[in-house]
Amino acid sequence: MTPVLQVKNLQVSYYTDAGRARALDGVDLTLTAGEKLGLVGESGSGKSTMALAMMRMIKPPGRIEGGQVIVDGTDLMTVSDEDMLQARLSKIAYIPQGAMNSLNPVIRIGAQMMDAIKAHQHQSTSDWISAADMEKRCIQALESVDLNSNVFKMYAHELSGGMKQRVCIAISILLRPKVIIADEPTSALDVVTQRQVMETIDRVQKQIGAAVILIGHDMGLMAQFVDKVAVMYAGRLMELSAVRDMFTDPKHPYAQALIRSLPNLENKGVFNGIPGMAPALLQLPGGCAFHPRCVHAMEICSTHRPEPITLPGGQILECHLYSEKA
Amino acid sequence: MTTATLAQSEVLQPSRLTLLSRYLRRNKGLAIGLFILLVLVIFTATGMATKDLKDAYPLSVKTKQPPSLEFPLGTDYFGRDLYVAMVVGLWQTALIGLLAGALGTLIGVVLGFISAYFGGWLDTAIKGICQVLTPIPAFLIQVIIAGSLDKRDVTIYTMAFVVVLLAWMGPTLVIRSQVLTMKERQFVAVAKLSGMGDLGIIFSEILPNLLPFIAAAFVNQVFYSVFASFNLAVLGLGPIREPLLGNTIWAANQASAFFNNWWWWPLFPAFALVLILGSLALVNMGLDELANPRIRKTE
Amino acid sequence: MGIKLVIQLVIRRLLFLILVVWAASTITFFIPRLSDKNPVRERFAELARLGGFAPADLEKIVAAYNTKFGLDKPLSEQYFDYISSVARFDLGVSFNKYPKTVMELIMESLPWTITLLLVTTFLSFVIGNLLGAVAAWPRSPQWLRTIATPFILLQGVPPVVMGVLLLFFIGFRLKLAPLGSAYSAGVIPDWSSPAFLWDVIHHQLLPALALVLGSVGGWVLSMRGMGITIQGEDYVNFAEHKGLGGYTIFKDYYARNALLPQVTGLALALGNVITSGIVIESMFSLPGLGQVLNAAIISNDFLVIYGVVLFITIAVATLIVIVEFLYPVLDPRVRHQ
Repeated sequence: MTPVLQVKNLQVSYYTDAGRARALDGVDLTLTAGEKLGLVGESGSGKSTMALAMMRMIKPPGRIEGGQVIVDGTDLMTVSDEDMLQARLSKIAYIPQGAMNSLNPVIRIGAQMMDAIKAHQHQSTSDWISAADMEKRCIQALESVDLNSNVFKMYAHELSGGMKQRVCIAISILLRPKVIIADEPTSALDVVTQRQVMETIDRVQKQIGAAVILIGHDMGLMAQFVDKVAVMYAGRLMELSAVRDMFTDPKHPYAQALIRSLPNLENKGVFNGIPGMAPALLQLPGGCAFHPRCVHAMEICSTHRPEPITLPGGQILECHLYSEKA
Repeated sequence: MTTATLAQSEVLQPSRLTLLSRYLRRNKGLAIGLFILLVLVIFTATGMATKDLKDAYPLSVKTKQPPSLEFPLGTDYFGRDLYVAMVVGLWQTALIGLLAGALGTLIGVVLGFISAYFGGWLDTAIKGICQVLTPIPAFLIQVIIAGSLDKRDVTIYTMAFVVVLLAWMGPTLVIRSQVLTMKERQFVAVAKLSGMGDLGIIFSEILPNLLPFIAAAFVNQVFYSVFASFNLAVLGLGPIREPLLGNTIWAANQASAFFNNWWWWPLFPAFALVLILGSLALVNMGLDELANPRIRKTE
Repeated sequence: MGIKLVIQLVIRRLLFLILVVWAASTITFFIPRLSDKNPVRERFAELARLGGFAPADLEKIVAAYNTKFGLDKPLSEQYFDYISSVARFDLGVSFNKYPKTVMELIMESLPWTITLLLVTTFLSFVIGNLLGAVAAWPRSPQWLRTIATPFILLQGVPPVVMGVLLLFFIGFRLKLAPLGSAYSAGVIPDWSSPAFLWDVIHHQLLPALALVLGSVGGWVLSMRGMGITIQGEDYVNFAEHKGLGGYTIFKDYYARNALLPQVTGLALALGNVITSGIVIESMFSLPGLGQVLNAAIISNDFLVIYGVVLFITIAVATLIVIVEFLYPVLDPRVRHQ
């Protein structure tokens, strides 16, 4: 199956008063239609930067320095600004983190959905739909996220947190994109609403057959929802494995430490943190970014950055420990 | 496994001066505003130290002279040396501004604080009075007061007083809302729990946090006082013998300076006022940026 | 919607209005009385100066008029008389311009003041806010963003000083506009003639320009500050994620939200508008309320003084209340309360 999303060697840096921070340092990803990828990592690991970079929304002092983001055959890094505007929402859509404030407070929900469709209207004349059809499409989208059609006429402040989040989901599927990025869509919600929202994302994703990248740091949520998990650290992709493999047999020392740190019923009361701190992106350690905190660190780890290797089981790793096994 | 740590002494702390100059470089508005004010202060100070201040009053020097080496800003119809008049005028304007500004801010801080901290009917009363007095056009009242006073009674100090009379409501409400938010916040509750008395809380917890707002209110008040006193003077309601900037322009208008081609007479005070108010506005904007980090530029 | 709530609110605001007017009238009542000047005597003194002689029984005449106008009653009684007549919308007569009533004087001069202030406030609000919004918008072309800075500096220039400068450079040096008064000397007002209309507009140009330039800076500054705050809001970000074009985001997501607090600012700015208006009118000798007030102060014609102040206070307070009621129309979040 041809992949619907290919990220190759994506590089993003932020230029601050104190120097250059490498937020993304050569990240590769591939997704096929309908696949769900969970992107996890500590704060500052680069997950949100990844989402912004894929939508080409990195603003100064940040800069996309290299790499490709190929969605449905087109490299978004090379298209014109206008084409990028068109590509957003129609090819690659985004569900924001804090839906609390993501909806315009002074215009109705319906208007905010319609303006998204209208903005993509002139793409090609065959796509032209009337205002009435646009409205129908919006209401359909609302209903597919379990919202009443009269939400169309409401204002944002009349909705609860969960409802607002679902409106954002509805907006993201309006133009049937190939890739949906959900950036911590449930972090501001209570557990019950979290489940609702995740089920909604799951359902609409299946309906339109889109690939989903779920960004977050809630491993439990990942386990229930995604097909593959990618672990990021200091702007680099440490391990990418199928979800079952990641949880039962993580290969990368960092991934192992993460899984180990998850609370489980067997060793109640024992908290296994990871000693040390994530490096400042301004001063990345030489070689492998994780080596200062790695129990298995070897000499080569401090001097040479490991190349990504694919293991027989399908896992993709950046770690010197496995270079012989490739 | 090793974790690299930096010994505390190895990290050099930039000196206070460097931090200040770095900030000023980013907050150009504040820097320029302060600079202009400094220039004005130096101008006034040197003028007051070197010139005979009597020349600022009528019948001192040759009349109607355009600017020259002897009279850098020219002279007016009544025989004032306009350079000396400018120096004295700047000094007096500063005096009014600072006096009225300080008084207005003081009243605002005291009333706003009492109102917010003690609450109850006192709060309702103070807040109510402020709200009722605000829509009354302060300038009109000032005009009426100044107009009703006997001309001999109008001095710089009465002007400052007249200006403050209806100007204290603004700072009061601002300080009040700030103290109210602070009351809600944790550190007051914590201080109370640890047994600090009311007075202690006021001086050690609340006041330091209020300082940026007090500073901003002060600059605002000075701006307003200079503005208002100037407006009154321009209408001829100030102490007309004094060479206040507004007075000079009023006198020039009365003598139809433009028609008579004595352009230097009203023009220089006009420029001077622009400099004063402009620099105060810049400082105000700069302080705004200091107090509200969101506005701070990130590049 | 809760009609009862709305009615309660309206009544509360009306009470507030009345309170403000009472405070204003009380303050203005006592101030001129502090001065020794008797308006009747002043008027006769003026007549005497013009005529070249003083009537022998000046004091008797003054005393007679005093009784007629009730000026010899004790102050507290005069106060109550005054308050009760104001409540009946009777502002009394002008001593100086007797028998013209205060209301007449106000109505004659009002159109001049209102047109000038209305037009200039509208212009500076629209231009200032537009400029401020554009200046804070990161995607505006660089030249537009820097154009805002001189406007901010302009804020330090009071309309009066602006008036002086304009008078000098445009009126005097370039002789492009007249130096004062409502229309050219010796011209008979004829509102139906376009030539006259142009003459009037020509005379209003400099004062209007002075007022607009003097107040536009404030709007630019405040809108710019507001714009910077709004830019950072999540919904502006999400609008970009939706692939909306720059113009749409500017209009519907950014400007619309930033403008709301500015509208309340408009009510607060009214005080400044009146202040500048009066001073400009004086400087350019325009026949508006400012002139009326000025003349009244000089002769201590206190009923006129009270009338003008009262009138302006009521106008300002009413406008503030109107803006308060306008806000829910513009901001749907407030409608809920």
